[in-house]
Amino acid sequence: MKEELVTLKIDDKEVKAKKGMTILEAAKEAGIEIPTLCYHEKLAPYGACRICSVEVIRDGRTQIVASCGYPIEERLEVKTRSPGIDKIRKTIIELIAPSLSDEGLVGKVRELADEYGADTSRFISRFRATPTRCILCGQCVRYCSEVIGIHVIGFVGRGVERRVVFFPQRAQFCPTCQECFYLCPTGKIAAETAGDTFPGFSIDDYLSGKMLIK
Amino acid sequence: MVGVSGLVDKVVDGYQRDKDMLIQILLELQRGFGWLPEEALNEVSRQLGVPLTRVYQIATFYKAFSLTPKGRHLIRVCVGTACQVRGAPLIRDRVQHLIGVEPGETTPDMRFTFETVNCLGCCAMGPVMTVDNDYHGHLSIPDVEKVIGVYK
Amino acid sequence: MPRINSPSELEKLREEIKGKRDPNKPCITLCSGTACQASDSESVSQAFERELKRQGLEGEIDLRRTGCHGFCERGPLVVIYPEEICYTKVKPEDALEIVQSVREKKVVDCLLYTDPVTGARIKREPKIPFYENQRRIVFGPNRWIDPKNIEDYLFLGGYRALSKALFEMSPEQVLEEIKKANLRGRGGGGFPAGRKWEETKKTAREPKYVIVNCDEGDPGAYMDRSLMEGNPHSVLEGLIIGAYAIGSHEGFVYVRQEYPLAVENLEIALKQAEEYGFLGENILGSEFSFRVKIHRGAGAFVSGESSALMNAIEGRLGEPRMKYIHTAVSGIKDRPSCLNNVETWATVPLIINKGAEWFNSIGTDKSKGTKIFSLVGKVNNTGLVEVPMGMTLRQIIYDIGGGIAKGKKFKGVQTGGPSGGIIPEQYLDTPVDFDELTKLGSIMGSGGMVVMDENTCMVDTARYFINFCCEESCGKCIPCREGLRLLREILNDICEGKGKENDIELIEDIAETMRDASLCALGTTAANPVLTTLKYFGDEYETHIKEKRCPAKFCKNLIDYWIDSEKCQACMICLRNCPTEAIQGGKNLLHWIVQEKCIKCGICYEVCPPRFGAVVKLSGEPVPPPPAPGTEVVRKEGG
Repeated sequence: MKEELVTLKIDDKEVKAKKGMTILEAAKEAGIEIPTLCYHEKLAPYGACRICSVEVIRDGRTQIVASCGYPIEERLEVKTRSPGIDKIRKTIIELIAPSLSDEGLVGKVRELADEYGADTSRFISRFRATPTRCILCGQCVRYCSEVIGIHVIGFVGRGVERRVVFFPQRAQFCPTCQECFYLCPTGKIAAETAGDTFPGFSIDDYLSGKMLIK
Repeated sequence: MVGVSGLVDKVVDGYQRDKDMLIQILLELQRGFGWLPEEALNEVSRQLGVPLTRVYQIATFYKAFSLTPKGRHLIRVCVGTACQVRGAPLIRDRVQHLIGVEPGETTPDMRFTFETVNCLGCCAMGPVMTVDNDYHGHLSIPDVEKVIGVYK
Repeated sequence: MPRINSPSELEKLREEIKGKRDPNKPCITLCSGTACQASDSESVSQAFERELKRQGLEGEIDLRRTGCHGFCERGPLVVIYPEEICYTKVKPEDALEIVQSVREKKVVDCLLYTDPVTGARIKREPKIPFYENQRRIVFGPNRWIDPKNIEDYLFLGGYRALSKALFEMSPEQVLEEIKKANLRGRGGGGFPAGRKWEETKKTAREPKYVIVNCDEGDPGAYMDRSLMEGNPHSVLEGLIIGAYAIGSHEGFVYVRQEYPLAVENLEIALKQAEEYGFLGENILGSEFSFRVKIHRGAGAFVSGESSALMNAIEGRLGEPRMKYIHTAVSGIKDRPSCLNNVETWATVPLIINKGAEWFNSIGTDKSKGTKIFSLVGKVNNTGLVEVPMGMTLRQIIYDIGGGIAKGKKFKGVQTGGPSGGIIPEQYLDTPVDFDELTKLGSIMGSGGMVVMDENTCMVDTARYFINFCCEESCGKCIPCREGLRLLREILNDICEGKGKENDIELIEDIAETMRDASLCALGTTAANPVLTTLKYFGDEYETHIKEKRCPAKFCKNLIDYWIDSEKCQACMICLRNCPTEAIQGGKNLLHWIVQEKCIKCGICYEVCPPRFGAVVKLSGEPVPPPPAPGTEVVRKEGG
């Protein structure tokens, strides 16, 4: 099967990559790292964090797109950094910071905050919910369903009431698996899970209203 | 409980056990039970062969579904833009003041479930409120108490 | 009813139907759209039925329950044919008189529409200014059709376009005609339908799907509802023609859960269409087969977004996904899927029947045809109106809408729902089409047009839309979910008098991030109402933040209710109606409000007799001290 190659430019560097790849994948192959929070190479691109946003220039028009989902095109011009892109990444970190409190501002999130000069306390005074330490990136949910296939973890609710919950009735294999522990960008799952119990964020906790108290 | 699994079986069958119809199936069960009991959700997952996580994801996402029983009467105050400019917020506040619960809640005595809704499509009558299937339009704030008093 | 198996059989049936209908036979038509039903048009219907029976006139006078006529402000509406006499605000007790008038070929004057300026009574429906200034090519037939009877649709020429498409045109020719017509999507996006159809057709994957989006979610917009309830066959015919052009054999109609009558009438229409041979295998005896499934929504605005809707049709959560690959290429189950709005599909048969050139003769350069708007809010003639693209806001609001209700002053018109903005007075002469309103920072959107007057607070309106989007956001992506959460808090604060100096800057930054980085159009456009109100009504924000004052006297935390001692006539009405017993005073003694007990419910303001008008709303000024207890009222002459 002949594989079609596409030529594009990423940060002024000419890149040749297989047709069907996303900008993120092509960039990675060419040694250009675009930051992400919700992306995982084993999972279908999700597009929730928007950290991987880049500028694409086509026919003179500039558009901001999520590089994890945008398929590469012939003669596409991509900028992975710019004042606009940097401001987006900075603001996204500022937007999620109040949900995280100090324990959650770790790892990649902390790195991004530093790299982009985010003022993590900027929106604290206007955030009137209880910090969840969860950015709803969905890696745990999607990994458990797409890769492991056991569906122990799921999303519930909508909008600002959206939560990640565990279903204890399906958690028999969790003690031996624990793969979601390492995926979580804020370290919540590892920190708040004791063996095979999930204090505070089981489906029953959600239905009782405990997880939605301000 | 035989009743629940039996009804779920009937409804799922009615849709040819088609996984694509999950939301339609849940809508029919919501209509049948008046709410979605935990057992019904487990049964749908089991009988239709869809992950329980997805069933809950859908059941908790949509306004049409209730995971707790509903009251005898459903009060819906329209807060669509047209009613909004005609004073719907004051109508909503009045109902809240009278029955003591917020939109989305049911009174402890199970008399009323109170909801706000984004447009009933009768903007000429705004502000509008429905109680069960009755429409009450051109509402003024003093009217509200009389209107809901009728529904025991 | 045997299936129709050829175009000639269809025309033969049509002639038969026409033959059975005497054009001079009187017919009483009753609008039975949801809005009129809410005004109890059903009781009026039943009164007519009883009256016709009682007078033994069932064979001589027809009674037809039709779809929405659009003049919702004046419902229940009754139109008598063949004279087209239009009666408004009809009550069950009027049935007797109306039936008698039909029998005697007279007119019931007091039920006619009265022109508010000239005082003249207008007899014929087309002459009523509300209708006269419209061009009802898509919506008009509603008034002649009982949606539960396919033969009404056939009588008017229904399914002739389908017959022409299947037997006189190739799929490619149908596609070309739609492309030539420059039909743009009526759901809000305005994307050229022909291009979408073509992309779906050209993608080499099977099966292909076509979808009707009837998830109409903009609050205050109910055009699709009335079309689907009142003339489901027009939508269906358009869908089948589109399916033929594209090469699809399976279609879906996604209807909002809040529209039970639309679902009911659609189900009846599908059943009848199948019986008659317009749906199913070998339509009208052709080689083309097509079937339709109905999916109901479950109460989520975001599920009306095309990719979200397709997820829901797959039985998965109806939240959006990245659409860099168009759904026309990869949609339902990764197959080419063409989604269009109800009004878009309903326009298709017209284009096939009358031609693209005819369609292009209506409208503006880049926006062809007509558009149905829901004209609501503080306007005299609330209802659904259909006008050619390019008619100005002023013409729509004043010539058709009859101007601002209760003699108030126009302040702004909100267009495009939660993705749109509020346009102020200086732009009233802007033509309405896909592009002109966008230049002002709003959008035409799906057609919602909410008129606002001097008592509407623009900051609260922005807050209202942000709150709406915040509740409806699916919560998947960070900019939309967290951005709306914060915007809601900031706007709530401003409306409660807790606004801060740098709030405008915060709002603008958050709005920019939402616009640039959100996953779907809900997020990217949710900040538009805030941004346009900041642009055109920025001073109101300043006033709320700096002076803690609401110029429109709406924001509860920023207003006080006060009884003007000079106007109070101690009638006791407000005192008796106050739910918290906050009003002091008594018979012949001046009333005053104990501010600490006042919950700002507004009842006293509403019940104070207009000839006194003693209850006043204050904002940004101190409440004058109450009168000394026991102060007697000074009786006014004639008071």
